Amino acid sequence: MSYKVLVVDDSKLARMVMAGAFRRIRPEWSLVETANADEALAAVGTVDIALIDFNMPGTDGLELVARIRKSHPGMPLAVVSANIQDEIIGRARELNAGFIPKPLTDEALAAFLLGAALRLKKAAT
Amino acid sequence: MTDDVDQLTDIEQDALAEIANMGVSRAANSLRQMVGEEVLLSVPGVKIVPREAASKLVERNNAKRLVAVQQSFEGPFAGRALLIFPEAQSLELVRAIVGDEHSLEDVIDLEQEALAETGNIILNGCLATIANVLHRTMRMSLPSIVRGDGAKLFEVNQAGSGGQFVLFLYIDFNIKKRNVHGFIALLMDLPSIAALKDIVNDFVSGIERQPSGHVG
Repeated sequence: MSYKVLVVDDSKLARMVMAGAFRRIRPEWSLVETANADEALAAVGTVDIALIDFNMPGTDGLELVARIRKSHPGMPLAVVSANIQDEIIGRARELNAGFIPKPLTDEALAAFLLGAALRLKKAAT
Repeated sequence: MTDDVDQLTDIEQDALAEIANMGVSRAANSLRQMVGEEVLLSVPGVKIVPREAASKLVERNNAKRLVAVQQSFEGPFAGRALLIFPEAQSLELVRAIVGDEHSLEDVIDLEQEALAETGNIILNGCLATIANVLHRTMRMSLPSIVRGDGAKLFEVNQAGSGGQFVLFLYIDFNIKKRNVHGFIALLMDLPSIAALKDIVNDFVSGIERQPSGHVG
């Protein structure tokens, strides 16, 4: 099964790193890249999974996750950030979102995507 | 891409901001563990400006009396990393770290040592993350403490240095429940900017063509 993943990060570099990791881990999945919360909210209806940077100008990643959660209660979501403080990870958990630390590793991303794929598969049956 | 040393391309600007953000975010977690409260961070700023302009930027919303812990770093590029606070808040920071049960005298006694150690942990954490992300090794000096205005911190008054261009990377931070805000600044001069631009461009093109392995 191939899924469509929304990547939200104000940094083009960070989006490139993410796209590079997907080419290795899940080359058949497709990515939709957006640089801020408004673009992300416009695109979220067309995707299965979303990976969201925390520290962005304007709406931050946790606010964005909270907004997406309202309309998409079952969508696998993860906050991606180098800000590994307990409060950030805890708030992600409260929103039923995963947390993937930066610098991004293939292992951390692969583990989240595996869980996300299983959840989507289960929800579809 | 590296012909104009006093300008950054969009992707260089973006990459430096992202890499600095990773470094400072990791370092903020160390500070969070030391003070036991969440540390809020701003979106990073990256600028190439005359040294004097950088010194004015750090004074911005602050009193002119600042205290900084600084560490020099050397490697493929060299410069200084500074953890800067308004001087009036430095005791509050020390109190946040050592705990509220200590008397004012104790806090004053501990100030120098606590600042140096805090700076050491935060600046090392920040620089080590940047070095790791770029796959480079950097040597860091021991921390020292500087007090004064922005010009003093950034050595603006040393023979003609005020007009020299520097790369200025900065992120504000705020300890949520304490009246402590400050920022982390990285300062590099022109030869280092050129070296850093090359490394960042290698890093970016590495992401585009990597067949396997890890970046970032």
